[in-house]
Order: sequence, then structure tokens, then C-alpha cells
Amino acid sequence: MIRARTKSVDDTKALAAALTGLLRAGDVLLLAGDLGAGKTAFVQGLAAELGVDEPVTSPTFVIARTYDGGRLRVHHLDVYRLDTFQEAIDVGLPELVDDEAVTVVEWGDVIIPTIPSEFLELRLHLGEGDDEREITVRAAGPSWSNRLAAVTQVLDPWIDRG
Amino acid sequence: MSTLFADEPSTRPTAAPGPDTRILGIETSCDETAAAVVAGGTRVLSSVVSSQVDLHARFGGVVPEIASRAHVELLTPVVAEALVEAGIDGDGVDAVAATVGPGLVGSLLVGVSAAKALALVWDVPFVAVNHLEAHLYAAFLEEPDLELPLVVLLVSGGHTMLIAMEDHGRYRLLGQTLDDAAGEAFDKVARYLGLGYPGGPAIDRLGATGDATAIDFPRGMLDAGLDFSFSGLKTAVINHVRKHPDSDTADVAASFQEAVVDVLVAKARRAAAEVGAKGLCLGGGVAANSRLRERFLDVCEEDGLRGFLPSRSLCTDNAAMVAAAGWWRLGSDGPSPLDAGADPNLRLG
Repeated sequence: MIRARTKSVDDTKALAAALTGLLRAGDVLLLAGDLGAGKTAFVQGLAAELGVDEPVTSPTFVIARTYDGGRLRVHHLDVYRLDTFQEAIDVGLPELVDDEAVTVVEWGDVIIPTIPSEFLELRLHLGEGDDEREITVRAAGPSWSNRLAAVTQVLDPWIDRG
Repeated sequence: MSTLFADEPSTRPTAAPGPDTRILGIETSCDETAAAVVAGGTRVLSSVVSSQVDLHARFGGVVPEIASRAHVELLTPVVAEALVEAGIDGDGVDAVAATVGPGLVGSLLVGVSAAKALALVWDVPFVAVNHLEAHLYAAFLEEPDLELPLVVLLVSGGHTMLIAMEDHGRYRLLGQTLDDAAGEAFDKVARYLGLGYPGGPAIDRLGATGDATAIDFPRGMLDAGLDFSFSGLKTAVINHVRKHPDSDTADVAASFQEAVVDVLVAKARRAAAEVGAKGLCLGGGVAANSRLRERFLDVCEEDGLRGFLPSRSLCTDNAAMVAAAGWWRLGSDGPSPLDAGADPNLRLG
């Protein structure tokens, strides 16, 4: 488990951007965190660094949005209203975890049974200051466990050593 | 068998739609199941809306699977009622129009499939309608003679955009949200404040009793272009309540609402000035907000613009606007192919 800390929305975007060098097609990132913790900002930073040039907006209304035009295709899902495994299947979630894209899922807990066993989980928490965020990073499965040292390295500027 | 669903226009001769052409509109993009019959693009013969709000309230938002199941159950009776109210049966329908996007894919498919089936059975054209374009046409239902160019501020749970309508079928996107839609901010803040779902009406009601100047929340991107950002405001409300747990919820609601309305109104009037619009029009579910309506009309009066506020029932999702947009689309593009699918991320233009 890695503990990081960001100081502002832009800092959260920069942290996300720093991770993109490690991303491969087929990767899944789970984003958990309270309302206003910066989940969409994280995806904005990530997509921009990958070269997506259209605005990345909240996917809450349509559940899933797809962005092409970057180094990797990005699927951005917000599934906090999906209650069950069956609902996640019904909205086509397994199809969105594809071999040619990075899939970022907000409010990940309910859908864990439907996604591959390999993912990088990031939990965003409101920090003490208004704009501060505490981010914990956990790897699941060999693909990400093998990359955890590299993740620690690129996140070094944000690692919480307190 | 594939030819049945191929690009095969109706065999009935289709002339351009006229003043008596009756279009059955079907709308199922989100959580309203709606059907309507509109003649000549503007005369509403019937408009039936069955809201699913109660079904979704306990989840704090629309649950896609529940929505599509409810559409399946409600659509047939809703269409039947729209026909009865219009005093016609299938023989009296000249075309069937349905929203094909944007929206929830499972919900859209219910309306689109039903519309195609009815068009086949009745042997009339099917018309694919963009939900955003339909919102623009809500205004023409009440004011068929609105002068163009118009600037439309479209604000709902899924959208926040400023659109210049230069002519029928000709639009320019002037600005849009870069993160959360305005209605989404209302829903999320209401949920955080424990006000329930839907959040818009809850904040509207409570805000009316609070002090809108109590808290000076940020007006995101107020002076920067015509795009919007509401994510920072949402976070500011959360930060305020964390720091001041005793603050009066009515004051928080009123101050939040004022911040949203300030930005919406300021950008709409700037857009109208930039385009040289003759009028300014509101659309979408958030257009039902009392404070927004009041401030919107004030600004139109100050700037000498024709301000147009559709009635609340036409601002929220309905099928009369779909039938109206369908009438114009049928005239400009002709029937849509029956293999036209639903597109949850459809854009305008």
C-alpha cells in the first residue's frame, strides 16, 4: 500500500498524469472516494496526459464515456448507482474492460466481482486543508504487483512519509 | 430476414410534413417515459409523461437497470394514452419520432425499438431525434414564431450548454460544462446535505427560505469564456459544511443555488451579446428552478432581449418536444433508416 498526498486539484491531476507512463492497454484503475474528493479531476489529469484533447466531464448521467484520440483509449465509468453484479453486466461493463483501452471506474467497490482480478485501486480522501487529498494506492493481481515498485517511483513527489 | 431491418424507407409515399402532419413522439432517454402527438410541429394534441422519480428516490439518482425495466412496463400504456387523448388511432399517425440519444443506453433502446416497431406496423416513417435538439424545440411549441438567431441555455442533470440556434437544424455549441452538469451539482449537493432526490426541487424549496448571501461560494470560471465548471463549487459546499457543521442548511442551499444561477445567467447574457441574438431561451430540467427563472427574466429585460421560458412541463423531459423536433427533421432529412441505433453519447450538430 502506497500513501500519497496532494495539495490541490491540479496536484491531483499531476499525480494522475505521472502514472500514465506505466499504463498499458487492458489496464483497469478503480477510483474510490467521497463526493468532491477529486475522482473526475484524477481522470482529467490522466486523459490529458495520454493526449485526449476533449473535455473529460462527469460520467454520472450516462454511466460510461469513452475518449479516443490519446495514446490509449480511455473508458471512464461512474457506477455508484449500480447496485449489483447483474446491473454492471447489463450496462455492458465487461465489454468496456477491453484489451485496447485503459478503463477507469469511479466508486469501484460494487463492481469488483465483474472486473478482472488485476487492477490498481486508488482511494481518495478529503485531507485536513480544503484542497488537500490523501490518496492510498493498492495493487491487485500480478500485473500491478509487478509494477508497484515503478508506481512508488513515479509517485515519489507525493509519497506521504509522515 | 436481415432486409426487414435494413435501410428500407417506408413504402407509403412521404411528402414533406405539412401543418396537419401528426407525429407520435417517444422519449425514454432517462427516467421519464413519455409519448405525445403533435401536429404541424407545434400543435400539441396530447402529451403524456410518466415519471419514475419515486422508483429512483431511494437510490439518490437514476438507476439504469430500474429505469429500462420501468420503460418497458410503462411505454405501451403511455403511448396508448397519448393516442386516446389525441383522439386518434394508429391510422392517424403520419410518422413516429423517438429520442436516440444522448441518454442511458438501456433506456434509449426501449423507446427506439418501440418507435421502429410502430413505424413498421403502421407503415409510416421513423424519425431519429437528438434529445438536445428536442429541448431546443420545446420553446417553439409555445412560441412558434420565435425569432432567430436565438441563444439557448440548456441545463439539466446530464447537460449544461449554451447553444446558438442560427436556423432550424443549424446550431453552434458556444460553451459547455468541463466537469459536472448544473443539475448534477444540484443532485450531489442535495444528497450531501441530506435533502433527498431529486435535488433540484429540494434545494429550490429550502433555498427560498435561506439567505443567499450568507456564504460566498466560488463562481467557477465566471469571467472565463462560455464554458462552465461546477465541480469546484460542489467541493466548496462540502468543505464549508465540514468546517461549519452547525451552519443553517437553508442558507447553504440558498447560497449554493445563487452561485450556480449567477454563473448561468452571466454566461447566457454574454453569449447572447456575442452572437447578436434576438432572444434568449431556457431549456432542460434545471430551467424549472424558481431563482433561475426569476434572474433570467430580469437579465433579458435589462438587456432588451426577448426572454423565453418554456412552462415547467416543457422544460423537463417530455415527448411533445421530441415530436416537434421530429417534424422539422422529417422535413429537412426525410425518414431515418430503421437500422439507426441508439447513441448514449450523441452530440449536437
